[in-house]
Amino acid sequence: MTASTLTPAPVAPAAAQPGRRVRRRRENLAGYVFLSPWLLGLLGITAIPMLISLYLSFTDYSPLIPLTEANWIGLENYRRMFTADQSYWHAVQVTVTFALVAVPLKLAAALGVALLLNRTMRGISVFRGLFYLPSLLGGSVALAIVWVSMFNRDGAFNSFLALFGIEGLPWVNDPDWALSTLILLAVWQFGAPMVIFLAGLKQVPTELYEAASVDGASPWRKFVHITLPMLSPVIFFNLVLETINGFQGFTSAFVLSNGTGGPVDSTLMYTLNLYIAGFVDLNMGYASAMAWVFLLVIGAITVVLFSTGRFWVHYSDNEER
Amino acid sequence: MRFPVRFVALLLILAVVLYPLVWMVGTSLKSPSEIVNNIGLIPREFTPANFTDGWTKFDVSFGRFFLNSALVSLLTVAGNTISCLLAAYALGRLRFRLRGVWFAVMIGTLLLPGHVLIIPQYILFRSLGWVGGEWPYLPLLVPAFLATEAFFVFLIVQFMRGIPRELDEAAVIDGASAYSIFRHVILPLSRPALVTTAIFSFIWTWNDFFRQLVFLSELKDYTAPVALTLFIDSTSESAVGPMFAMSLLSLIPVFLFFVAFQRLLVEGINTSGLKG
Repeated sequence: MTASTLTPAPVAPAAAQPGRRVRRRRENLAGYVFLSPWLLGLLGITAIPMLISLYLSFTDYSPLIPLTEANWIGLENYRRMFTADQSYWHAVQVTVTFALVAVPLKLAAALGVALLLNRTMRGISVFRGLFYLPSLLGGSVALAIVWVSMFNRDGAFNSFLALFGIEGLPWVNDPDWALSTLILLAVWQFGAPMVIFLAGLKQVPTELYEAASVDGASPWRKFVHITLPMLSPVIFFNLVLETINGFQGFTSAFVLSNGTGGPVDSTLMYTLNLYIAGFVDLNMGYASAMAWVFLLVIGAITVVLFSTGRFWVHYSDNEER
Repeated sequence: MRFPVRFVALLLILAVVLYPLVWMVGTSLKSPSEIVNNIGLIPREFTPANFTDGWTKFDVSFGRFFLNSALVSLLTVAGNTISCLLAAYALGRLRFRLRGVWFAVMIGTLLLPGHVLIIPQYILFRSLGWVGGEWPYLPLLVPAFLATEAFFVFLIVQFMRGIPRELDEAAVIDGASAYSIFRHVILPLSRPALVTTAIFSFIWTWNDFFRQLVFLSELKDYTAPVALTLFIDSTSESAVGPMFAMSLLSLIPVFLFFVAFQRLLVEGINTSGLKG
Protein backbone atom coordinates (compact mmCIF):
# COMPACT_ATOMS: atom_id res chain seq x y z
CA MET A 1 0.00 0.00 0.00
CA THR A 2 2.95 2.31 0.31
CA ALA A 3 5.12 2.50 -2.81
CA SER A 4 2.45 1.57 -5.27
CA THR A 5 0.03 4.25 -4.14
CA LEU A 6 2.69 6.92 -4.24
CA THR A 7 4.15 6.19 -7.68
CA PRO A 8 2.45 5.04 -10.90
CA ALA A 9 2.95 1.38 -11.58
CA PRO A 10 5.00 1.58 -14.82
CA VAL A 11 7.86 3.45 -13.25
CA ALA A 12 7.92 1.26 -10.19
CA PRO A 13 8.64 -2.24 -11.49
CA ALA A 14 9.63 -3.45 -8.05
CA ALA A 15 6.14 -2.85 -6.78
CA ALA A 16 4.20 -3.87 -9.90
CA GLN A 17 6.07 -7.11 -10.19
CA PRO A 18 5.65 -9.67 -7.49
CA GLY A 19 8.82 -11.21 -6.12
CA ARG A 20 10.33 -14.32 -7.64
CA ARG A 21 8.96 -16.66 -5.00
CA VAL A 22 5.48 -15.26 -5.31
CA ARG A 23 5.66 -15.53 -9.06
CA ARG A 24 6.82 -19.10 -8.88
CA ARG A 25 4.04 -19.99 -6.50
CA ARG A 26 1.52 -18.37 -8.83
CA GLU A 27 2.85 -20.26 -11.83
CA ASN A 28 2.74 -23.45 -9.82
CA LEU A 29 -0.90 -22.80 -9.05
CA ALA A 30 -1.68 -21.81 -12.65
CA GLY A 31 -0.04 -25.03 -13.86
CA TYR A 32 -2.36 -27.12 -11.76
CA VAL A 33 -5.40 -25.02 -12.68
CA PHE A 34 -4.79 -25.64 -16.38
CA LEU A 35 -3.92 -29.27 -15.78
CA SER A 36 -6.95 -29.99 -13.59
CA PRO A 37 -9.34 -31.39 -16.25
CA TRP A 38 -6.62 -33.73 -17.45
CA LEU A 39 -5.73 -34.75 -13.88
CA LEU A 40 -9.38 -35.46 -13.16
CA GLY A 41 -9.58 -37.58 -16.31
CA LEU A 42 -6.36 -39.38 -15.45
CA LEU A 43 -7.74 -40.25 -12.06
CA GLY A 44 -11.39 -40.99 -12.85
CA ILE A 45 -11.30 -42.29 -16.41
CA THR A 46 -7.91 -44.01 -16.47
CA ALA A 47 -6.19 -44.75 -13.13
CA ILE A 48 -9.12 -45.75 -10.91
CA PRO A 49 -10.75 -47.87 -13.66
CA MET A 50 -7.39 -49.61 -14.16
CA LEU A 51 -7.28 -50.51 -10.48
CA ILE A 52 -10.92 -51.63 -10.53
CA SER A 53 -10.12 -53.76 -13.53
CA LEU A 54 -7.15 -55.34 -11.78
CA TYR A 55 -9.33 -56.16 -8.78
CA LEU A 56 -12.13 -57.53 -10.97
CA SER A 57 -9.71 -59.85 -12.73
CA PHE A 58 -9.46 -61.82 -9.48
CA THR A 59 -13.25 -62.06 -9.10
CA ASP A 60 -16.22 -63.67 -10.83
CA TYR A 61 -17.98 -60.30 -11.15
CA SER A 62 -20.99 -60.07 -13.44
CA PRO A 63 -22.94 -56.83 -14.03
CA LEU A 64 -26.08 -58.56 -12.74
CA ILE A 65 -24.83 -58.28 -9.15
CA PRO A 66 -23.49 -55.27 -7.18
CA LEU A 67 -19.74 -54.80 -7.25
CA THR A 68 -19.48 -55.52 -3.53
CA GLU A 69 -20.97 -58.99 -3.94
CA ALA A 70 -18.38 -60.20 -6.40
CA ASN A 71 -16.55 -63.30 -5.17
CA TRP A 72 -12.77 -63.27 -4.84
CA ILE A 73 -11.57 -66.31 -6.79
CA GLY A 74 -7.83 -65.60 -6.82
CA LEU A 75 -6.03 -66.60 -9.98
CA GLU A 76 -8.87 -68.75 -11.28
CA ASN A 77 -9.61 -66.44 -14.25
CA TYR A 78 -5.97 -66.51 -15.29
CA ARG A 79 -5.76 -70.28 -14.81
CA ARG A 80 -8.83 -70.79 -16.96
CA MET A 81 -7.52 -68.43 -19.62
CA PHE A 82 -4.15 -70.11 -19.95
CA THR A 83 -5.08 -73.74 -19.45
CA ALA A 84 -8.77 -74.40 -20.04
CA ASP A 85 -10.21 -71.90 -22.51
CA GLN A 86 -9.79 -73.13 -26.07
CA SER A 87 -11.38 -70.11 -27.69
CA TYR A 88 -9.03 -67.79 -25.79
CA TRP A 89 -6.04 -69.40 -27.49
CA HIS A 90 -7.90 -69.32 -30.74
CA ALA A 91 -8.33 -65.58 -30.32
CA VAL A 92 -4.63 -65.14 -29.53
CA GLN A 93 -3.73 -67.11 -32.63
CA VAL A 94 -6.10 -65.12 -34.84
CA THR A 95 -4.82 -61.80 -33.51
CA VAL A 96 -1.14 -62.68 -33.87
CA THR A 97 -1.72 -64.00 -37.39
CA PHE A 98 -3.60 -60.84 -38.29
CA ALA A 99 -0.86 -58.55 -36.97
CA LEU A 100 2.04 -60.58 -38.38
CA VAL A 101 0.55 -60.66 -41.88
CA ALA A 102 -1.32 -57.36 -42.11
CA VAL A 103 1.34 -55.05 -40.68
CA PRO A 104 4.25 -56.05 -42.98
CA LEU A 105 1.97 -56.12 -46.04
CA LYS A 106 0.54 -52.73 -45.20
CA LEU A 107 3.96 -51.19 -44.62
CA ALA A 108 5.33 -52.75 -47.82
CA ALA A 109 2.40 -51.35 -49.81
CA ALA A 110 2.85 -47.97 -48.14
CA LEU A 111 6.58 -47.88 -48.89
CA GLY A 112 6.15 -49.12 -52.45
CA VAL A 113 3.56 -46.51 -53.37
CA ALA A 114 5.51 -43.81 -51.53
CA LEU A 115 8.57 -44.63 -53.69
CA LEU A 116 6.42 -44.35 -56.83
CA LEU A 117 5.05 -41.02 -55.64
CA ASN A 118 8.41 -39.59 -54.59
CA ARG A 119 8.89 -37.49 -57.71
CA THR A 120 8.07 -33.97 -58.59
CA MET A 121 5.37 -34.29 -61.18
CA ARG A 122 1.98 -32.78 -61.76
CA GLY A 123 -0.96 -34.26 -59.95
CA ILE A 124 1.16 -35.85 -57.23
CA SER A 125 -0.89 -34.30 -54.44
CA VAL A 126 -4.09 -35.63 -56.03
CA PHE A 127 -2.65 -39.14 -56.01
CA ARG A 128 -1.39 -38.71 -52.47
CA GLY A 129 -4.79 -37.53 -51.28
CA LEU A 130 -6.73 -40.30 -53.00
CA PHE A 131 -4.40 -43.00 -51.67
CA TYR A 132 -4.89 -41.53 -48.21
CA LEU A 133 -8.69 -41.54 -48.43
CA PRO A 134 -9.12 -45.24 -47.43
CA SER A 135 -7.27 -44.54 -44.17
CA LEU A 136 -9.98 -42.06 -43.25
CA LEU A 137 -12.91 -44.26 -44.24
CA GLY A 138 -11.61 -47.78 -43.70
CA GLY A 139 -12.08 -48.04 -39.94
CA SER A 140 -15.81 -47.37 -40.10
CA VAL A 141 -18.66 -49.83 -39.81
CA ALA A 142 -19.98 -48.61 -43.19
CA LEU A 143 -16.83 -49.60 -45.01
CA ALA A 144 -16.56 -52.93 -43.23
CA ILE A 145 -20.11 -53.68 -44.42
CA VAL A 146 -19.15 -52.88 -48.00
CA TRP A 147 -15.98 -54.92 -47.70
CA VAL A 148 -17.76 -57.99 -46.41
CA SER A 149 -20.35 -57.75 -49.20
CA MET A 150 -17.58 -57.48 -51.73
CA PHE A 151 -16.21 -60.87 -50.68
CA ASN A 152 -19.58 -62.59 -50.40
CA ARG A 153 -20.48 -65.47 -52.69
CA ASP A 154 -22.04 -63.08 -55.21
CA GLY A 155 -19.86 -60.11 -54.34
CA ALA A 156 -17.74 -57.96 -56.62
CA PHE A 157 -14.59 -60.00 -56.08
CA ASN A 158 -16.14 -63.21 -57.38
CA SER A 159 -17.62 -61.32 -60.33
CA PHE A 160 -14.10 -60.19 -61.12
CA LEU A 161 -12.77 -63.76 -60.88
CA ALA A 162 -15.59 -64.92 -63.13
CA LEU A 163 -14.16 -62.76 -65.91
CA PHE A 164 -11.23 -65.18 -65.97
CA GLY A 165 -13.45 -68.23 -65.66
CA ILE A 166 -12.49 -68.80 -62.03
CA GLU A 167 -15.24 -69.83 -59.71
CA GLY A 168 -14.85 -67.99 -56.41
CA LEU A 169 -15.62 -69.05 -52.88
CA PRO A 170 -17.93 -67.43 -50.33
CA TRP A 171 -14.72 -65.98 -48.84
CA VAL A 172 -16.22 -64.37 -45.75
CA ASN A 173 -18.06 -67.57 -44.78
CA ASP A 174 -15.04 -69.80 -45.24
CA PRO A 175 -13.04 -70.31 -42.03
CA ASP A 176 -9.85 -70.62 -44.08
CA TRP A 177 -10.35 -67.31 -45.86
CA ALA A 178 -12.42 -64.99 -43.66
CA LEU A 179 -9.41 -63.55 -41.83
CA SER A 180 -7.65 -62.91 -45.14
CA THR A 181 -10.43 -60.58 -46.21
CA LEU A 182 -9.93 -58.59 -42.98
CA ILE A 183 -6.18 -58.49 -43.59
CA LEU A 184 -6.86 -57.14 -47.06
CA LEU A 185 -9.09 -54.44 -45.59
CA ALA A 186 -6.27 -53.40 -43.27
CA VAL A 187 -3.74 -53.35 -46.12
CA TRP A 188 -6.14 -51.27 -48.21
CA GLN A 189 -5.67 -48.50 -45.64
CA PHE A 190 -1.96 -48.13 -46.43
CA GLY A 191 -2.37 -44.38 -47.06
CA ALA A 192 -1.57 -43.14 -43.55
CA PRO A 193 1.86 -44.81 -43.26
CA MET A 194 2.46 -43.93 -46.93
CA VAL A 195 2.12 -40.23 -46.20
CA ILE A 196 4.62 -40.58 -43.35
CA PHE A 197 7.05 -42.49 -45.63
CA LEU A 198 6.73 -39.77 -48.26
CA ALA A 199 7.69 -37.12 -45.73
CA GLY A 200 10.66 -39.28 -44.71
CA LEU A 201 11.79 -39.76 -48.31
CA LYS A 202 11.85 -35.99 -48.80
CA GLN A 203 14.43 -35.76 -46.00
CA VAL A 204 16.97 -38.06 -47.66
CA PRO A 205 19.79 -35.83 -49.01
CA THR A 206 19.97 -36.08 -52.82
CA GLU A 207 23.79 -35.83 -52.66
CA LEU A 208 23.88 -39.39 -51.34
CA TYR A 209 22.17 -40.70 -54.47
CA GLU A 210 24.35 -38.54 -56.70
CA ALA A 211 27.51 -39.84 -55.08
CA ALA A 212 26.25 -43.42 -55.43
CA SER A 213 25.47 -42.84 -59.11
CA VAL A 214 29.01 -41.58 -59.68
CA ASP A 215 30.23 -44.83 -58.13
CA GLY A 216 28.00 -46.73 -60.53
CA ALA A 217 25.56 -48.15 -57.97
CA SER A 218 22.44 -49.86 -59.32
CA PRO A 219 18.97 -48.58 -58.28
CA TRP A 220 18.55 -51.65 -56.09
CA ARG A 221 21.84 -51.02 -54.27
CA LYS A 222 20.86 -47.39 -53.75
CA PHE A 223 17.56 -48.52 -52.30
CA VAL A 224 19.16 -51.03 -49.92
CA HIS A 225 22.16 -48.95 -48.90
CA ILE A 226 20.77 -45.41 -48.91
CA THR A 227 16.97 -45.32 -48.87
CA LEU A 228 16.32 -48.05 -46.32
CA PRO A 229 18.89 -46.92 -43.72
CA MET A 230 17.94 -43.25 -44.10
CA LEU A 231 14.28 -44.17 -43.79
CA SER A 232 14.72 -46.54 -40.85
CA PRO A 233 13.49 -44.10 -38.17
CA VAL A 234 10.27 -43.62 -40.13
CA ILE A 235 9.93 -47.35 -40.77
CA PHE A 236 10.37 -47.92 -37.07
CA PHE A 237 7.77 -45.31 -36.18
CA ASN A 238 5.22 -46.82 -38.59
CA LEU A 239 6.02 -50.33 -37.40
CA VAL A 240 5.34 -49.47 -33.75
CA LEU A 241 2.14 -47.60 -34.55
CA GLU A 242 0.72 -50.17 -36.95
CA THR A 243 1.61 -53.14 -34.75
CA ILE A 244 -0.14 -51.66 -31.75
CA ASN A 245 -3.15 -50.79 -33.90
CA GLY A 246 -3.09 -54.20 -35.55
CA PHE A 247 -3.53 -55.96 -32.24
CA GLN A 248 -6.59 -53.86 -31.49
CA GLY A 249 -8.64 -54.56 -34.63
CA PHE A 250 -12.28 -54.86 -33.68
CA THR A 251 -14.79 -53.22 -36.03
CA SER A 252 -14.17 -55.22 -39.19
CA ALA A 253 -14.16 -58.54 -37.31
CA PHE A 254 -17.37 -57.58 -35.52
CA VAL A 255 -19.11 -56.68 -38.78
CA LEU A 256 -17.92 -59.74 -40.69
CA SER A 257 -19.04 -62.17 -38.01
CA ASN A 258 -22.02 -60.18 -36.69
CA GLY A 259 -20.26 -60.03 -33.34
CA THR A 260 -19.52 -63.73 -32.96
CA GLY A 261 -15.95 -64.07 -34.21
CA GLY A 262 -17.07 -66.74 -36.68
CA PRO A 263 -17.03 -68.61 -38.96
CA VAL A 264 -15.61 -71.21 -36.52
CA ASP A 265 -13.77 -68.53 -34.48
CA SER A 266 -11.67 -67.65 -37.53
CA THR A 267 -12.12 -63.87 -37.02
CA LEU A 268 -12.16 -63.95 -33.22
CA MET A 269 -9.82 -60.99 -32.67
CA TYR A 270 -8.61 -60.54 -29.10
CA THR A 271 -10.67 -57.42 -28.46
CA LEU A 272 -13.78 -59.06 -29.92
CA ASN A 273 -13.27 -62.04 -27.63
CA LEU A 274 -12.93 -59.64 -24.70
CA TYR A 275 -16.13 -57.87 -25.72
CA ILE A 276 -18.01 -61.15 -25.96
CA ALA A 277 -16.76 -62.30 -22.55
CA GLY A 278 -17.67 -59.01 -20.87
CA PHE A 279 -20.81 -57.81 -22.62
CA VAL A 280 -22.40 -60.94 -24.10
CA ASP A 281 -21.49 -63.64 -21.57
CA LEU A 282 -21.51 -60.94 -18.85
CA ASN A 283 -18.41 -62.44 -17.30
CA MET A 284 -16.68 -59.17 -16.51
CA GLY A 285 -14.18 -60.60 -14.06
CA TYR A 286 -12.86 -62.92 -16.73
CA ALA A 287 -12.90 -60.16 -19.35
CA SER A 288 -10.89 -57.92 -17.01
CA ALA A 289 -8.26 -60.62 -16.68
CA MET A 290 -8.10 -60.77 -20.48
CA ALA A 291 -7.73 -56.98 -20.59
CA TRP A 292 -4.79 -57.04 -18.19
CA VAL A 293 -2.97 -59.77 -20.07
CA PHE A 294 -3.59 -57.75 -23.25
CA LEU A 295 -2.15 -54.62 -21.67
CA LEU A 296 0.96 -56.46 -20.48
CA VAL A 297 1.49 -58.13 -23.86
CA ILE A 298 1.11 -54.84 -25.76
CA GLY A 299 3.54 -53.26 -23.30
CA ALA A 300 6.01 -56.12 -23.78
CA ILE A 301 5.76 -55.89 -27.57
CA THR A 302 6.44 -52.16 -27.44
CA VAL A 303 9.49 -52.73 -25.24
CA VAL A 304 10.78 -55.46 -27.56
CA LEU A 305 10.28 -53.27 -30.63
CA PHE A 306 12.12 -50.40 -29.00
CA SER A 307 15.01 -52.56 -27.81
CA THR A 308 15.51 -54.23 -31.20
CA GLY A 309 15.16 -50.84 -32.85
CA ARG A 310 18.56 -49.89 -31.44
CA PHE A 311 20.18 -52.40 -33.78
CA TRP A 312 18.61 -51.40 -37.05
CA VAL A 313 17.28 -47.88 -36.71
CA HIS A 314 19.80 -45.42 -38.04
CA TYR A 315 19.65 -41.83 -36.80
CA SER A 316 21.75 -39.45 -38.84
CA ASP A 317 23.90 -37.06 -36.85
CA ASN A 318 22.23 -33.84 -37.84
CA GLU A 319 18.82 -35.16 -36.90
CA GLU A 320 17.41 -34.80 -33.43
CA ARG A 321 16.51 -38.06 -31.80
CA MET B 1 11.51 -45.93 -63.50
CA ARG B 2 10.57 -43.89 -66.54
CA PHE B 3 7.81 -41.37 -66.18
CA PRO B 4 5.01 -43.02 -68.23
CA VAL B 5 5.61 -46.42 -66.59
CA ARG B 6 5.48 -44.85 -63.17
CA PHE B 7 2.34 -42.92 -64.02
CA VAL B 8 0.54 -45.97 -65.43
CA ALA B 9 1.54 -48.03 -62.37
CA LEU B 10 0.12 -45.37 -60.08
CA LEU B 11 -3.11 -45.21 -62.07
CA LEU B 12 -3.54 -48.98 -61.87
CA ILE B 13 -2.98 -49.04 -58.12
CA LEU B 14 -5.37 -46.13 -57.73
CA ALA B 15 -8.05 -47.98 -59.70
CA VAL B 16 -7.76 -50.99 -57.37
CA VAL B 17 -7.80 -48.76 -54.28
CA LEU B 18 -10.83 -46.75 -55.36
CA TYR B 19 -12.78 -49.71 -56.77
CA PRO B 20 -14.57 -50.62 -53.50
CA LEU B 21 -15.76 -47.03 -53.06
CA VAL B 22 -17.07 -46.73 -56.61
CA TRP B 23 -18.68 -50.15 -56.30
CA MET B 24 -20.42 -49.05 -53.11
CA VAL B 25 -21.90 -45.99 -54.81
CA GLY B 26 -23.09 -48.07 -57.76
CA THR B 27 -24.61 -50.81 -55.63
CA SER B 28 -26.48 -48.34 -53.46
CA LEU B 29 -28.37 -47.27 -56.58
CA LYS B 30 -29.21 -50.74 -57.90
CA SER B 31 -32.51 -52.58 -57.53
CA PRO B 32 -32.44 -55.94 -55.67
CA SER B 33 -32.47 -57.95 -58.90
CA GLU B 34 -29.69 -55.86 -60.41
CA ILE B 35 -27.51 -56.29 -57.32
CA VAL B 36 -27.50 -60.03 -58.02
CA ASN B 37 -27.43 -60.01 -61.82
CA ASN B 38 -25.62 -56.87 -62.95
CA ILE B 39 -21.96 -57.17 -62.04
CA GLY B 40 -21.10 -53.86 -63.70
CA LEU B 41 -20.32 -50.78 -61.68
CA ILE B 42 -23.07 -48.61 -63.12
CA PRO B 43 -26.70 -49.53 -62.52
CA ARG B 44 -28.82 -49.95 -65.65
CA GLU B 45 -31.69 -48.34 -63.86
CA PHE B 46 -31.10 -45.89 -61.04
CA THR B 47 -33.06 -46.93 -57.94
CA PRO B 48 -33.19 -44.11 -55.38
CA ALA B 49 -35.72 -46.22 -53.43
CA ASN B 50 -32.81 -47.78 -51.53
CA PHE B 51 -32.25 -44.47 -49.79
CA THR B 52 -35.88 -43.97 -48.75
CA ASP B 53 -36.21 -47.64 -47.74
CA GLY B 54 -33.04 -47.57 -45.68
CA TRP B 55 -33.98 -44.27 -44.06
CA THR B 56 -37.20 -45.74 -42.64
CA LYS B 57 -36.12 -49.35 -42.28
CA PHE B 58 -36.12 -49.41 -38.48
CA ASP B 59 -38.55 -48.09 -35.87
CA VAL B 60 -36.38 -45.02 -35.49
CA SER B 61 -35.49 -43.16 -38.69
CA PHE B 62 -31.91 -42.92 -39.88
CA GLY B 63 -32.23 -39.15 -39.68
CA ARG B 64 -32.27 -39.52 -35.91
CA PHE B 65 -29.20 -41.79 -35.97
CA PHE B 66 -27.31 -39.25 -38.06
CA LEU B 67 -28.35 -36.42 -35.74
CA ASN B 68 -27.19 -38.49 -32.76
CA SER B 69 -23.83 -39.08 -34.45
CA ALA B 70 -23.51 -35.40 -35.26
CA LEU B 71 -24.33 -34.41 -31.68
CA VAL B 72 -21.81 -36.84 -30.19
CA SER B 73 -19.12 -35.89 -32.71
CA LEU B 74 -19.51 -32.12 -32.39
CA LEU B 75 -19.58 -32.18 -28.60
CA THR B 76 -16.54 -34.46 -28.58
CA VAL B 77 -14.78 -31.96 -30.83
CA ALA B 78 -15.57 -29.19 -28.34
CA GLY B 79 -14.46 -31.32 -25.39
CA ASN B 80 -11.22 -32.49 -26.95
CA THR B 81 -10.08 -29.11 -28.25
CA ILE B 82 -10.81 -27.22 -25.04
CA SER B 83 -9.55 -29.76 -22.51
CA CYS B 84 -6.51 -30.87 -24.49
CA LEU B 85 -5.52 -27.25 -25.12
CA LEU B 86 -5.62 -26.49 -21.39
CA ALA B 87 -3.57 -29.57 -20.52
CA ALA B 88 -1.10 -28.88 -23.33
CA TYR B 89 -0.57 -25.29 -22.17
CA ALA B 90 0.27 -26.48 -18.67
CA LEU B 91 2.55 -29.32 -19.82
CA GLY B 92 4.17 -27.40 -22.64
CA ARG B 93 4.60 -23.86 -21.32
CA LEU B 94 4.23 -23.55 -17.56
CA ARG B 95 6.73 -24.40 -14.87
CA PHE B 96 5.22 -26.16 -11.90
CA ARG B 97 6.07 -28.92 -9.49
CA LEU B 98 6.02 -32.51 -10.90
CA ARG B 99 5.54 -31.27 -14.44
CA GLY B 100 8.06 -33.81 -15.76
CA VAL B 101 6.24 -36.63 -13.99
CA TRP B 102 2.86 -35.64 -15.41
CA PHE B 103 4.33 -35.27 -18.86
CA ALA B 104 5.77 -38.79 -18.68
CA VAL B 105 2.41 -40.14 -17.49
CA MET B 106 0.69 -38.43 -20.42
CA ILE B 107 3.14 -40.04 -22.85
CA GLY B 108 2.51 -43.38 -21.12
CA THR B 109 -1.23 -43.12 -21.73
CA LEU B 110 -0.61 -42.49 -25.45
CA LEU B 111 -0.13 -46.19 -26.06
CA LEU B 112 -2.75 -47.43 -23.59
CA PRO B 113 -5.31 -49.48 -25.54
CA GLY B 114 -8.84 -48.19 -24.93
CA HIS B 115 -10.19 -51.73 -24.81
CA VAL B 116 -8.38 -52.36 -21.54
CA LEU B 117 -10.43 -49.77 -19.65
CA ILE B 118 -13.83 -50.35 -21.21
CA ILE B 119 -15.13 -52.79 -18.58
CA PRO B 120 -14.34 -50.78 -15.43
CA GLN B 121 -15.51 -47.62 -17.20
CA TYR B 122 -18.76 -49.33 -18.07
CA ILE B 123 -19.24 -50.39 -14.44
CA LEU B 124 -18.36 -46.91 -13.21
CA PHE B 125 -20.64 -45.06 -15.63
CA ARG B 126 -23.47 -47.49 -15.06
CA SER B 127 -23.26 -47.05 -11.30
CA LEU B 128 -23.52 -43.29 -11.88
CA GLY B 129 -26.69 -43.91 -13.89
CA TRP B 130 -25.11 -42.65 -17.10
CA VAL B 131 -25.60 -45.76 -19.25
CA GLY B 132 -29.02 -45.68 -20.89
CA GLY B 133 -29.95 -42.79 -18.63
CA GLU B 134 -31.54 -39.44 -19.32
CA TRP B 135 -28.26 -38.21 -20.85
CA PRO B 136 -27.15 -41.29 -22.75
CA TYR B 137 -24.06 -39.65 -24.23
CA LEU B 138 -22.35 -38.77 -20.95
CA PRO B 139 -20.13 -41.90 -21.06
CA LEU B 140 -18.94 -40.84 -24.52
CA LEU B 141 -18.56 -37.13 -23.80
CA VAL B 142 -17.22 -36.82 -20.25
CA PRO B 143 -13.87 -38.46 -21.14
CA ALA B 144 -13.50 -36.02 -24.04
CA PHE B 145 -13.95 -33.03 -21.73
CA LEU B 146 -11.30 -34.49 -19.40
CA ALA B 147 -8.54 -34.61 -22.04
CA THR B 148 -8.26 -38.40 -22.04
CA GLU B 149 -7.26 -38.43 -25.74
CA ALA B 150 -3.55 -38.04 -25.06
CA PHE B 151 -2.77 -37.91 -28.77
CA PHE B 152 -4.24 -34.44 -28.99
CA VAL B 153 -2.50 -33.21 -25.84
CA PHE B 154 0.75 -34.40 -27.35
CA LEU B 155 -0.04 -32.84 -30.72
CA ILE B 156 -0.74 -29.42 -29.21
CA VAL B 157 2.30 -29.59 -26.89
CA GLN B 158 4.49 -30.30 -29.91
CA PHE B 159 2.96 -27.37 -31.74
CA MET B 160 3.40 -25.00 -28.79
CA ARG B 161 7.09 -25.83 -28.67
CA GLY B 162 7.36 -23.91 -31.91
CA ILE B 163 5.93 -20.71 -30.42
CA PRO B 164 8.89 -18.50 -29.41
CA ARG B 165 9.52 -18.38 -25.68
CA GLU B 166 10.44 -14.69 -25.97
CA LEU B 167 6.75 -13.87 -26.38
CA ASP B 168 5.93 -15.31 -22.94
CA GLU B 169 8.97 -13.69 -21.38
CA ALA B 170 8.10 -10.30 -22.80
CA ALA B 171 4.57 -10.67 -21.49
CA VAL B 172 5.86 -11.65 -18.04
CA ILE B 173 8.04 -8.54 -17.92
CA ASP B 174 4.93 -6.53 -18.75
CA GLY B 175 3.34 -8.12 -15.69
CA ALA B 176 1.05 -10.57 -17.50
CA SER B 177 -0.17 -13.58 -15.56
CA ALA B 178 -0.16 -17.17 -16.85
CA TYR B 179 -3.85 -16.71 -17.63
CA SER B 180 -3.48 -13.61 -19.73
CA ILE B 181 -0.49 -15.10 -21.59
CA PHE B 182 -2.71 -18.06 -22.38
CA ARG B 183 -5.54 -15.83 -23.52
CA HIS B 184 -3.56 -13.29 -25.55
CA VAL B 185 -0.45 -15.13 -26.73
CA ILE B 186 -0.83 -18.90 -26.75
CA LEU B 187 -4.50 -19.28 -27.69
CA PRO B 188 -4.38 -17.17 -30.87
CA LEU B 189 -1.07 -18.68 -31.98
CA SER B 190 -2.23 -22.28 -31.40
CA ARG B 191 -5.09 -22.03 -33.88
CA PRO B 192 -3.56 -24.40 -36.49
CA ALA B 193 -3.04 -27.17 -33.91
CA LEU B 194 -6.58 -26.69 -32.64
CA VAL B 195 -8.03 -26.96 -36.14
CA THR B 196 -6.12 -30.22 -36.70
CA THR B 197 -7.35 -31.53 -33.34
CA ALA B 198 -10.93 -30.58 -34.17
CA ILE B 199 -10.91 -32.24 -37.59
CA PHE B 200 -9.35 -35.49 -36.41
CA SER B 201 -11.63 -35.53 -33.37
CA PHE B 202 -14.65 -35.28 -35.60
CA ILE B 203 -13.56 -37.98 -38.02
CA TRP B 204 -12.47 -40.42 -35.31
CA THR B 205 -15.65 -39.96 -33.30
CA TRP B 206 -17.88 -40.16 -36.35
CA ASN B 207 -16.19 -43.45 -37.32
CA ASP B 208 -15.87 -44.81 -33.79
CA PHE B 209 -17.78 -47.95 -33.08
CA PHE B 210 -16.48 -49.82 -30.04
CA ARG B 211 -17.34 -47.26 -27.34
CA GLN B 212 -20.67 -46.37 -28.92
CA LEU B 213 -21.58 -50.05 -29.15
CA VAL B 214 -20.81 -50.59 -25.49
CA PHE B 215 -22.39 -47.47 -24.01
CA LEU B 216 -25.56 -47.00 -26.07
CA SER B 217 -28.42 -49.28 -25.16
CA GLU B 218 -31.63 -47.71 -26.51
CA LEU B 219 -32.48 -47.76 -30.22
CA LYS B 220 -33.41 -44.07 -30.20
CA ASP B 221 -29.95 -43.15 -28.84
CA TYR B 222 -28.03 -45.20 -31.41
CA THR B 223 -25.45 -43.44 -33.51
CA ALA B 224 -25.12 -44.20 -37.22
CA PRO B 225 -22.38 -46.88 -36.92
CA VAL B 226 -24.30 -48.81 -34.25
CA ALA B 227 -27.52 -48.52 -36.27
CA LEU B 228 -25.76 -49.80 -39.40
CA THR B 229 -24.97 -53.08 -37.65
CA LEU B 230 -28.72 -53.70 -37.41
CA PHE B 231 -28.65 -54.32 -41.16
CA ILE B 232 -26.22 -57.21 -40.71
CA ASP B 233 -28.87 -59.19 -38.85
CA SER B 234 -31.12 -59.06 -41.87
CA THR B 235 -28.90 -59.81 -44.82
CA SER B 236 -31.74 -60.87 -47.06
CA GLU B 237 -31.34 -59.92 -50.69
CA SER B 238 -33.74 -56.97 -50.37
CA ALA B 239 -31.77 -55.38 -47.50
CA VAL B 240 -28.46 -55.05 -49.36
CA GLY B 241 -29.46 -51.96 -51.34
CA PRO B 242 -30.74 -49.98 -48.33
CA MET B 243 -27.75 -51.13 -46.27
CA PHE B 244 -25.38 -49.78 -48.92
CA ALA B 245 -27.40 -46.57 -49.25
CA MET B 246 -27.18 -45.84 -45.52
CA SER B 247 -23.50 -46.87 -45.38
CA LEU B 248 -22.81 -44.46 -48.20
CA LEU B 249 -24.65 -41.61 -46.47
CA SER B 250 -22.73 -42.26 -43.26
CA LEU B 251 -19.41 -41.82 -45.07
CA ILE B 252 -20.34 -38.49 -46.65
CA PRO B 253 -19.41 -36.20 -43.71
CA VAL B 254 -15.92 -37.73 -43.48
CA PHE B 255 -15.59 -37.48 -47.25
CA LEU B 256 -16.54 -33.79 -47.18
CA PHE B 257 -13.95 -33.16 -44.47
CA PHE B 258 -11.44 -34.92 -46.67
CA VAL B 259 -12.29 -32.72 -49.65
CA ALA B 260 -12.23 -29.52 -47.62
CA PHE B 261 -9.15 -30.16 -45.48
CA GLN B 262 -7.13 -32.62 -47.52
CA ARG B 263 -3.86 -30.74 -47.24
CA LEU B 264 -4.30 -30.13 -43.54
CA LEU B 265 -5.13 -33.77 -42.85
CA VAL B 266 -2.13 -35.07 -44.76
CA GLU B 267 0.16 -32.54 -43.11
CA GLY B 268 -1.42 -33.24 -39.71
CA ILE B 269 -0.44 -36.89 -39.79
CA ASN B 270 2.99 -35.92 -41.02
CA THR B 271 3.88 -33.66 -38.16
CA SER B 272 2.42 -35.73 -35.39
CA GLY B 273 2.11 -39.26 -36.66
CA LEU B 274 -1.63 -39.23 -36.11
CA LYS B 275 -3.49 -42.19 -37.48
CA GLY B 276 -6.29 -41.63 -39.93
